[in-house]
Amino acid sequence: MKVLVAVKRVVDYNVKVRVKSDNTGVDIANVKMSMNPFDEIAIEEAVRLKEKGAATEVIAVSCGVAQCQETLRTAMAIGADRAILVQTDAELQPLAVAKLLKALVDKEQPGLVILGKQAIDDDCNQTGQMLAALADLPQGTFASKVEVDGSAVKVTREIDGGLETVSLNLPAVITADLRLNEPRYVTLPNIMKAKKKPLDTVTPADLGVDVAPRLKTLKVSEPPKRGAGIKVPDVATLVDKLRNEAKVI
Amino acid sequence: MTSLVIAEHDNASIKGATLNTVTAARACGGDVHVLVAGSGAGAAAAQAAQIAGVAKVIHADGAQFAHGLAENVAAQVLALAGAYSHILFPATAGGKNVAPRVAAKLDVAQISDITKVESADTFERPIYAGNAMAVVQSADATKVITVRTTGFDAAATTGGSAAVESVGAAADSGKSAFLGSEIAKNDRPDLTAAKIVVSGGRALGSAEKFNEVMTPLADKLGAAIGASRAAVDAGYAANDLQVGQTGKIVAPQLYVAAGISGAIQHLAGMKDSKVIVAINKDPEAPIFSVADYGLEADLFTAVPELVKAL
Repeated sequence: MKVLVAVKRVVDYNVKVRVKSDNTGVDIANVKMSMNPFDEIAIEEAVRLKEKGAATEVIAVSCGVAQCQETLRTAMAIGADRAILVQTDAELQPLAVAKLLKALVDKEQPGLVILGKQAIDDDCNQTGQMLAALADLPQGTFASKVEVDGSAVKVTREIDGGLETVSLNLPAVITADLRLNEPRYVTLPNIMKAKKKPLDTVTPADLGVDVAPRLKTLKVSEPPKRGAGIKVPDVATLVDKLRNEAKVI
Repeated sequence: MTSLVIAEHDNASIKGATLNTVTAARACGGDVHVLVAGSGAGAAAAQAAQIAGVAKVIHADGAQFAHGLAENVAAQVLALAGAYSHILFPATAGGKNVAPRVAAKLDVAQISDITKVESADTFERPIYAGNAMAVVQSADATKVITVRTTGFDAAATTGGSAAVESVGAAADSGKSAFLGSEIAKNDRPDLTAAKIVVSGGRALGSAEKFNEVMTPLADKLGAAIGASRAAVDAGYAANDLQVGQTGKIVAPQLYVAAGISGAIQHLAGMKDSKVIVAINKDPEAPIFSVADYGLEADLFTAVPELVKAL
């Protein structure tokens, strides 16, 4: 069984982004870029499935600018066998990415597709579910445990108030939540090995997908700032303030 | 122009997030209909009909909807979608699971986690963990939206008298099945709806200490318990207690953060709270920059002292 994993290049989670002064977007020039943390978990899970013998090949896919190659090399250093870059400088929205991935699913016929549940830049939480719908596959979103069992996969999902377990017929789409696993550190020898692994580049046009954005961003602004409060010297003052000033208890 | 709100419910009753979503739908203009897709969900449908501002309730019943499987619920929404200009889901685990399937099948973009309706086609939503707010305009015929519940007031649970219309249920996809669930049972208020939330961070040091220190405070205040991602990662608290960018978004009247440093992704989940209290022994902790009242102290002494003083 092949496993296809989608990875996104995003602003590193430690970077605090700044809104551009002309309110057209956030300034991402010269900031550190990394693999979306949930996608790292997705790759790790796919590699573990291969190590357990449940998967035969792990293919990493990224959609975006040429520099996404670095993200794909990282995925291969974690253990993906090969990579595909769908290269474009166009702005890609989740529906477009889902269509690109659907085209690759048709071509590669994976048994399982794993994605991160959400990208930490646009915070959309859409691509996995959209891919599942377009490819007419069942989905296991927000997964914290994945067990492949013959022609089905058992997925434990993080839901409001607890956990839920579903069984999905393969092929299926899974999106990774935080507790699915802890991704391994990539080692230097594996980074060197990853450089020799195959990386194919295609374009949206090759896949016959129109990626034109459907949503227009009119304005990006700073959120309202919270005024700094005060420090209180002790618990008694705190309780007094909460009772008599803020009146919340 | 008519909006369809997909109700969050447990078959017996409507969940609170539905009410905020109704308010967002009303802001889009036009009538508001509510879909209750469930199994033996007549009581939930009757309750939805009472919500102020709802013109019609559509009730689809079938065993395939008992556990809200995305494949089946999405099929039901799609069967009705043609009649609507806006389809709105609460941005809960359930809503986020289903909405993108609907959007993709309609070949429209989804607008996630909106915090404001500027006009029928223009919405505000947070990006980068709430460090920026984007105003986006949709050119699509149908707007598929998830609603951040803290951005909208709850509609009144009474005052409405909508008709309930039963419709044929969409068939089971046959591709997924519900096996079971483990839902934590407690008497505490729901984290996203609580008036007071007390959250613990990594400084608690262990699951035992987390319970020992945070539970009495929550009991005393009648509060819901939350946790930082660091505390969840370390196994001190369950994942569904996580407050932050990728966990729950809360905006209670009072938020008490104990031993939480205040990473960007945590602040994203709680900075719209009315009053924020931070208890931390590190004077440089970023949480103090958003706290109305900061107490620089060791939480292991300050929290029990606070419990006694309340």
